[in-house]
Amino acid sequence: MYRYDEFDQTFVRQRVAQFRDQVARRLSGDLSEEEFKPLRLMNGLYLQLHAYMLRVAIPYGTFCSRQMRQLADISRHYDRGYGHFTTRQNIQFNWVKLDEVPDILAALAEVEMHAIQTSGNCIRNVTADPFAGAAADEIEDARIWCEIIRQWSTLHPEFSFLPRKFKISVNGAIEDRAALRVHDIGLQLKQNDTGEIGFEVMVGGGQGRTPMIAKSIRSFLPKEELLSYLESILRVYNLLGRRDNKYKARIKILVHDLGAETLANMVEREWQQLREGYVNLPDSELARIACYFAPPDLEDAAETDNGLDRARRANGQFESWLEHNVNAHKQPGYAIVTISLKPEGGVPGDIDADQMEVVADLAQRFSHDELRATYQQNLVLPHVRKRDLHVVWRLLAAHGLSTANHGLISDIIACPGMDYCSLATARSIPVAQSISQRFNDLTRQKNIGDLRLNISGCINACGHHHVGHIGILGLEKNGAENYQITLGGRSDRSAAIGEIIGPAFSAEKIADAVETVIDTYLDLRQPGERFVDAYARLGRGPFKERLYATH
Amino acid sequence: MKLEIVSANRLTDGRVVYLSHGGRWSEKIVDGRTARNDKESAALLTEAEASVAKCLVIDPYLLTISDETGAFTAMRLRERIRQFGPKVNQTLDQSV
Repeated sequence: MYRYDEFDQTFVRQRVAQFRDQVARRLSGDLSEEEFKPLRLMNGLYLQLHAYMLRVAIPYGTFCSRQMRQLADISRHYDRGYGHFTTRQNIQFNWVKLDEVPDILAALAEVEMHAIQTSGNCIRNVTADPFAGAAADEIEDARIWCEIIRQWSTLHPEFSFLPRKFKISVNGAIEDRAALRVHDIGLQLKQNDTGEIGFEVMVGGGQGRTPMIAKSIRSFLPKEELLSYLESILRVYNLLGRRDNKYKARIKILVHDLGAETLANMVEREWQQLREGYVNLPDSELARIACYFAPPDLEDAAETDNGLDRARRANGQFESWLEHNVNAHKQPGYAIVTISLKPEGGVPGDIDADQMEVVADLAQRFSHDELRATYQQNLVLPHVRKRDLHVVWRLLAAHGLSTANHGLISDIIACPGMDYCSLATARSIPVAQSISQRFNDLTRQKNIGDLRLNISGCINACGHHHVGHIGILGLEKNGAENYQITLGGRSDRSAAIGEIIGPAFSAEKIADAVETVIDTYLDLRQPGERFVDAYARLGRGPFKERLYATH
Repeated sequence: MKLEIVSANRLTDGRVVYLSHGGRWSEKIVDGRTARNDKESAALLTEAEASVAKCLVIDPYLLTISDETGAFTAMRLRERIRQFGPKVNQTLDQSV
């Protein structure tokens, strides 16, 4: 993974000192809240319902054991002993004190972390396939390009005050595990007919109150010209994106208003001017950055392992975990492990300090000191020898981290909702907990099969409800929480926005309604047909009929 | 009858506080001073703004409460959640 050089380290430490001074001036009254707010947001510090919340960047979701241990320490010393992994592969601390935030940032800087650009109208943390560098279906490691984009975009003077926040995602595998099509810019690495690797560029995707699927504006962009092309997109957006109405300020609205073809032409014209004389990344610098993402020194291991097979046969829980939480690695004899942060009745994405340390130990001992955070609010050990899987599972199980539900109905994405968030209109967490408990039987979950259930506590859609196979949106109506269901959303290569199925349900009825949707699917599916495919075939009709006939 | 109190977030730690007597701020809604008409509400808010100038709190505002059950309860759901805290990850030092 990328390591700070002297420039990075100095820059981050200077930023901590600068923010320490800003906090002192705020506490003494030299800065008003109006003056201070943009400064704290630039450092990832929000004021939520009950306390300050600090959002810490985990660039493209990649981190290591030393960083995880520091996050555990921070959660113990400055928060309430836990952290919350978000849908942008970041981590949030929900109970920090203003005067201690500079110390937290200093502690983060010690392990090459910060909270810069986790808020504000700038280019946010670039996200990536959490299996990057390990996936069997990988074309090229997306993280190299994420890091290049990160360095280019950090405090970019031209793009620090965009019309609105800007989210970029990069995927380097066949399967889209980075939700590219619901990002402002989605970059898919691909190989062209001559074997050259470049990017398909998609623009104008997003969720929020106006959900849209990104449009492809360039089917192939040579890799070496990525930054000039990104700069061209950002320039067009910076110039034409609306600043008079924040609800219409994202690039998706511009793409919609202009049309993808017109926008693509404008970007191309800008690019033709810009690329003349643009200093592309030198090969030496590209090689330097790529070095940080060189594959770990994996041994030649047997693809099959007798011990693993015996353990699998002997323990049904282990077998279930292997089936759902272990994915194919590009290197024979290795596997990718997903650590579910969705225990039965738990808070999606939450992990306590002790568990963080367990995960750090496992990464160090069994995964070449690498960890990933996923946008689905889980963690990943990307390089585990197959013969170590059983011991990894036993250690995870001993600390409540072996839930075998990755990709199943209880692997719920949920934003913090109105339990924490000052923007929320309803709670998400209790709904996630009740659905998780309702479907606690793993056999039943396996029978239901692949299913994404996503919950947002407001129309801003941090919980990705628009692209959940089943999406739930919390709204306040007459002082009570109500939950609207959408069906058929998805964030993969066939990305689609879910359709609203009908009137919302009360907090007491929402788990029943989800169960009705599932029962309808189970009754009507064809053999082997996934929920999202059955919905595409059947449409809203039968689901709507059952939901509103019984409620 | 209209019953309002003033709430804000404390500057140092962001905690939910309510304007109490003598210009003090309390984490307990029961300590909140009430206003029963527009004039009293405006006076409370003016007093709260003085605390903003002293760097004690951020963004004070009026909220409607009920005392029908003998205890102050915020009328809006959002305010009730602010009052009682999240249902999860409670610890002893959290005001409930």
